[in-house]
Amino acid sequence: MHLKLLIKNGHVIDPANKIDGVMDILVEGEKISKIGFGLDVKAETVIDAAGKIVVPGIVDMHVHLREPGREDKETIFSGTKAAAKGGVTSVLVMPNTLPSLDSVGVIKTLNDIIKKTANVGVFICGAITIGRAGKELADISALKKEGIIAISDDGGSVDSDELMLKAFKEAKREKVLVICHSEDKSLSGKGLVNRGFTSTRLGLRGISKESEYKRVARDIKLAEEIGASVHIAHVSTGESVEIIRKGKLKGVKVTSETAPHYFTLNEEDLLDYNTSMKVNPPLRTKDDVLAIREGLKDGTIDVIASDHAPHTENEKEIEFEHAEFGSIGLETELAVSVTELIGKGLLTWSELVKKISLNPARILDINKGTLGSGKDADITIVSPDKEWVVNKVGFVSKSKNSAFIGKKLKGVVEYAIYKGKVIYKA
Amino acid sequence: MSLKQVFTKEEIERSITRISHEIIENNKGVKELVVVGIRTRGYVLAERIAKGINNLYGTRLDVGALDITFYRDDLSAISEQPVIHNTEIDFDIENKNIVLVDDVLYTGRTIRCALDALIDFGRPRTIQLAVLIDRGHRELPIRADYVGKNIPTSQKELVQVKFQEIDNEDSVTIEETQDDKEENSKMGS
Amino acid sequence: MTKKKTAKWVHKDLLGLEYLSREDIELLLDTAESFREILGRKIKKVPALRGKTVVNLFYEPSTRTRVSFEVAAKRLSADVINIAVESSSVRKGETLNDTGKNIEALKADIIVVRHNCSGAATMLARNVNVSVINAGDGWHEHPTQALLDMFTLRKKTGKLEGLNVSIAGDIAHSRVARSNIWGLTKFGAKVTVCAPKILIPPGIERMGVKVTDNIDEALREADAINILRMQFERDDMKAFPSQLEYFKSFGITEERLKKAKKDIIVMHPGPINRGVEISSEVADGGNSVILEQVTNGIAVRMAVLFWVSQVKDKGTSIP
Repeated sequence: MHLKLLIKNGHVIDPANKIDGVMDILVEGEKISKIGFGLDVKAETVIDAAGKIVVPGIVDMHVHLREPGREDKETIFSGTKAAAKGGVTSVLVMPNTLPSLDSVGVIKTLNDIIKKTANVGVFICGAITIGRAGKELADISALKKEGIIAISDDGGSVDSDELMLKAFKEAKREKVLVICHSEDKSLSGKGLVNRGFTSTRLGLRGISKESEYKRVARDIKLAEEIGASVHIAHVSTGESVEIIRKGKLKGVKVTSETAPHYFTLNEEDLLDYNTSMKVNPPLRTKDDVLAIREGLKDGTIDVIASDHAPHTENEKEIEFEHAEFGSIGLETELAVSVTELIGKGLLTWSELVKKISLNPARILDINKGTLGSGKDADITIVSPDKEWVVNKVGFVSKSKNSAFIGKKLKGVVEYAIYKGKVIYKA
Repeated sequence: MSLKQVFTKEEIERSITRISHEIIENNKGVKELVVVGIRTRGYVLAERIAKGINNLYGTRLDVGALDITFYRDDLSAISEQPVIHNTEIDFDIENKNIVLVDDVLYTGRTIRCALDALIDFGRPRTIQLAVLIDRGHRELPIRADYVGKNIPTSQKELVQVKFQEIDNEDSVTIEETQDDKEENSKMGS
Repeated sequence: MTKKKTAKWVHKDLLGLEYLSREDIELLLDTAESFREILGRKIKKVPALRGKTVVNLFYEPSTRTRVSFEVAAKRLSADVINIAVESSSVRKGETLNDTGKNIEALKADIIVVRHNCSGAATMLARNVNVSVINAGDGWHEHPTQALLDMFTLRKKTGKLEGLNVSIAGDIAHSRVARSNIWGLTKFGAKVTVCAPKILIPPGIERMGVKVTDNIDEALREADAINILRMQFERDDMKAFPSQLEYFKSFGITEERLKKAKKDIIVMHPGPINRGVEISSEVADGGNSVILEQVTNGIAVRMAVLFWVSQVKDKGTSIP
């Protein structure tokens, strides 16, 4: 006999099942057992969700939880706590840990940590090459046996076309997704911010847009050659959006993602050298922000992921040039999306749920992202109109380097439910 | 708020003439005599006094302008930002008899600054002080050698000197203010 | 009281000319005139900053800017403490913020900071309550240098409006160029920048300047030419053929000046590389105001020190 949890009168949005209306959800044990109007069931726990939005738990397919190796920045435990607060119930962790997630041993260790300490579902993205050095392919088949579902050299890109072709071949055979951090470092070099008027104004080395979009074009071309799936991570330029759009039209199996800061902030937000906004790829121009928004609207960009990149204060509260790249995002991604995309009429709730939950679940081929009966009871309940101000003190994450500190946002996560258990309550 | 005139144009002119006489008498002539006025109205008055002496004695006295902003000891206490003017003393003051001129003598702090400033230009033989109005309430041991008129005031009152050259009229008025703190913060001028 | 200037100075810090209004800059230049007069006196000192402490925090070796600030502070009767930090050890040692907070705890009133990283002064100002004056940060800004350039120009020509000013040299990596551009364009001066194409930073036209890689063109209409120091030791400069090559194509020589306006004002922030960006004849010639710039630099820095010290509402975290 499983414990029952009943969510009553919430506005349920589940695009996979074309549900968009006030309904009740009954959870038994880890699974959703029933979804319908006015469910009259006795349950141990009843949540009154009247006036609230009930969605499938967010699937964030791009996070850095830093374990193993940099537990001072974040751990599986702290990172998944932060996820829960942000309504995120599944994450895909990136392999740029210390050591990289490039060997059976380290994946076993990580799986162990996950089993013991994770608060939400943690999926693993292995490295493409050993040490993410771009020289030698990791044993992808062996990593797959340990449970990785994707590969990436995130933080870097494999420069060699030949090696990248091999990676696509392996990935296709092993049925893992290739996620590309598309950056040609021979072009971006020691750059710090978007190359252009702003980099000139700030006196900082620029990162050209070419360094991203030329590599996006290459990655898509190589995937096409092999017929493999490719997912372009953290798209930041209008040119990349256009290249992906054309790839999709051509029938290439390309999907893409962007992060909340790329559809919200632009390079001019850096004019006071705020290192929390120092991210890679860098914040681009206002026109790029518009192009990213267009890409989200027309479906070129399938996914919103946080690129949650925690760093300690020692690594961020220093000279801009020396500060690490990255912003945390797990706890703000939903609210930023609600404020900027739903609030400005760019996406409907149903469309947003696809970007943050259904699409990433499908792309990663995991059994998440919907509220159908028999599915994992990963559910997020949101007060859609409640406003809050992002404050450094409020973060659950070990690190506080958020690009959104001080911003007023709409949308508060009231409950996060993972496999039938309430893991976060506002 | 009330405004009362305490000194008319004619009275101002008479005072200046009298002060000019006194200066000549006191110095037994105009030898080595120079006049330095404190910006802004002290300088206007200095020019008038110099003109008075020139008319009486048929000479051309050197007249300098002194800005004492950088010498003030209350820069961090005053509520308003200082207005900076140039100091223009184009002559040597070494061994000169200087008549230092200001419009109103109050706490004495402006004069203290002016003395510091003057001494940075060299070592005069004497420094004498001429003012149009002495309103009392001294905070430092300073007194004027030449006074146009002594006017007893309360610290709530504001003494306003106007000169044709700047204000398009010659007059001295007293104004009652609400806040005596504000008055205090305006130093002696 | 009638007031000569109604402009109010409200800035706790001086981080760059981009962030100042024309009125702010005018107030600084006018005040510098008063201080310039004081520098001509026998006793070149006033007590305006008596009891205040100015800390020169220099992460880059720079004798001239440091000495200029030191002289300026001393002429104002402030106490001056010089701290030189090896920039190579910066990452290992104390962070800039920690150093700043320590200086604050020593009850200093003003920190004058020179740093090799763009934005360092801005970051420091955000983290301390005392006033911060940017004495040059990376490639970003060097506001007091531009102020002294503008002061010198204004003194020579009477006004900045409509003046044709060319800036030649490594524009891409020059904080002097950026500060001059922000400042001069606010006064309606027409600024042209001249450098080899690889040393023109992207989008610089949007700062309101004309761009050329032809030095003769930059000189033709110019009322003044500001010649930047070329630093061939930079990594980025490896692409450039040679110093001699640069001198041939961009060096300011008497030959080139013959084709310019007769009374063109020749400026250089120093230290000059004779025979690299400027010939000795030009540096020492009648058009050069290079040494006047040095004197004016003191007056301008006195004005900056004076005004930032007048801002009372600094907030305080120190008990």
